Amino acid sequence: MQGSSDFSPACPIPLQQYPHVLLAHGGGGKLMHQLLEQLFATAFANPLLDRRHDSAVFESPAPRLAFTTDSFVVRPLFFPGGDIGSMAVYGTVNDLAMAGARPLYLSASFILEEGLPMETLWRIVCSMQQAARRAGVKIVTGDTKVVDKGKGDGLFLNTAGIGGIEHSRTIAPQSVQPGDVLLVNGDLGRHGMAILAVREGLEFQCIIESDSAPVADLVLQLLRENIELHCLRDLTRGGLASALNEISEAACRQILVEEKLIPVREDVHAACEMLGFDPLHVACEGRFVAFVAPNDAERALAILRSHPLGEQAARVGIVREAASPGVSLKSSIGAHRILDMLSGEQLPRIC
Amino acid sequence: MKYLDEYRDADTARQYAGEIRRVTTRPWNIMEVCGGQTHAIVKFGIDELLPKEITLIHGPGCPVCVTPLELIDKALEIASRRGVIFCSFGDMLRVPGSTTDLLSVKAGGGDVRIVYSPLDAVKVAEQEPARDVVFFAVGFETTAPATAMAVFQAAKKGLRNFSLLVSHVLVPPAMEALLASPDCRVQGFLAAGHVCTVMGFTEYEPIAAKYRVPIVVTGFEPLDIFQGVLMCVQQLESGRATVENQYARSVRQRGNQPAQRLMREIFHIVPRKWRGVGEIPRSGMGLSEAYAAFDAERKFGLADRRVEEPAECISGQVLQGLKKPRECAAFGTRCTPEHPLGATMVSSEGACAAYYRYRRPSGGGSGPGMTNVEF
Repeated sequence: MQGSSDFSPACPIPLQQYPHVLLAHGGGGKLMHQLLEQLFATAFANPLLDRRHDSAVFESPAPRLAFTTDSFVVRPLFFPGGDIGSMAVYGTVNDLAMAGARPLYLSASFILEEGLPMETLWRIVCSMQQAARRAGVKIVTGDTKVVDKGKGDGLFLNTAGIGGIEHSRTIAPQSVQPGDVLLVNGDLGRHGMAILAVREGLEFQCIIESDSAPVADLVLQLLRENIELHCLRDLTRGGLASALNEISEAACRQILVEEKLIPVREDVHAACEMLGFDPLHVACEGRFVAFVAPNDAERALAILRSHPLGEQAARVGIVREAASPGVSLKSSIGAHRILDMLSGEQLPRIC
Repeated sequence: MKYLDEYRDADTARQYAGEIRRVTTRPWNIMEVCGGQTHAIVKFGIDELLPKEITLIHGPGCPVCVTPLELIDKALEIASRRGVIFCSFGDMLRVPGSTTDLLSVKAGGGDVRIVYSPLDAVKVAEQEPARDVVFFAVGFETTAPATAMAVFQAAKKGLRNFSLLVSHVLVPPAMEALLASPDCRVQGFLAAGHVCTVMGFTEYEPIAAKYRVPIVVTGFEPLDIFQGVLMCVQQLESGRATVENQYARSVRQRGNQPAQRLMREIFHIVPRKWRGVGEIPRSGMGLSEAYAAFDAERKFGLADRRVEEPAECISGQVLQGLKKPRECAAFGTRCTPEHPLGATMVSSEGACAAYYRYRRPSGGGSGPGMTNVEF
């Protein structure tokens, strides 16, 4: 986790006066004004935000734009490898990247629960500021609401984002072709297991830290090197299995993956085995699958591996010509089975 | 991963499959008792690599699946009561009762919590002295020692707000019930490795002798299962019927003695209904009289409640190995993990859910076999 040490660590709201968020902080009066000015405007300062207008106004950065939104309700707010703030920035940045867009501007909406420690809010805001800087985006507009104590889980966050598309490719399931090679940019399942371990108080001998990270830079490098990218998908809820099933359905293509080739870190694998989880169903926050034309696959893999967020990148499967969609997996002992989406939540097994 | 990868090696798996093919001269029906084994067989595609003469029959060893409807309904009723904190293993939450399931009770405001050990429920009871904490104690001889320890500790701590809805079941009586049935097609067993880790395997010796059936105590990794099948086929082919231990890295002949002592202290043997199968004498464990104060059925006045199973689901025949999931008309259509008609479709260890998840024919394809495409 990148610390907030090089950013003013002290909360600018006078703590003795207001150590916790009050309903009045969302009431439209002086307290709200103070919160917006001293906390959000200070942390996120940039020319567009500094105009203090209801909307951020800017020239269109590219002929084609990508636009996305995501809400974040993670519990706990802080976890090994990240927190809700950095996750909210990276989540939206990554969604933009999956369209092959350069992430540019974000909005940030906060739903705060009355009684949330102001210090907690400040830590999250600092983390967002750091994350935005790392991902090369600006938070240019936002909103704050406060709900009664007991009506929220500390803090909920929504971010929306706009990115510019600087290429002419159609990066979408419809572009997937038979023969396409599937690449992932690193080991799977770390975010989900990191959250579960903290949330459920599982006492593993090691700490699993989230893989939460902004992946736009990797995608832009692939595009810059003119890799024939057909489709991208980030591996969030439902993991690789859900992503592949969604793409297979939308593209009407059959996908084959090989279990042995899919990178899963040993501690994550062990935790999954213990709980009866399949790492292919577990969420990541800094991982994606890329569908690449076969002739470009080796080059794409080399580009990914030369980036710090892609050192463990691997080729995990291919797209097959078939009349019907479906995802199948070659198991570690060499037999084939279908790889289905999860039905409902993953529930820990009895024994 | 250490202790796992070496038991999932493709080359060794192929060698075992080849050896099984070499020693097999005629068809054999072998039942893997435990749901964990069923899950591994279908997930890794172990049966696909076996010769066609070997049929694996999926046994009744899924604790979620065999928990009777009656008890699920009792759980739902207790969990719905105000003030109750109902603690359960995760995969019981989706099991359908007569009208609803625990996840829905939770959504409706019930305080239903997933725990990873019965001892976690004891901790909750200590932290919430003003509320009734109930643990749903399901499972075979594998989970029973932890339940026994929870009762033991709760008694020592004098916790009056802790109780258990007990549905523990025993494997050997179920195997005997299967073998005694005139429809029984089972010729050999892979016994459940983790059950034997606790109980040892001496109690299987009279069964092997009486019914002339080989029983191989088997683990859960692909190579364990291949080796278990090989040992079982070797016995069948040579006309032997003894108990052998494939899972020697975990199982000792007499099992875990301290765990057994604790279980004898806390539980006594009772008749138990098995979902889809019916009542099997001496096949369950209930709280012994000395610990009756921890019995949630008594505490909440539900001991006499009786519920009959609905007729449309064939999970009973699936659990007895008489039918494969795909022989059910409702499989994959009216019955799916999202809308299960019976328990075998709910638990990840249930045969129907395993087939649905890993074997459902997809569109025009020929099922999971598809084609062998190398990367």
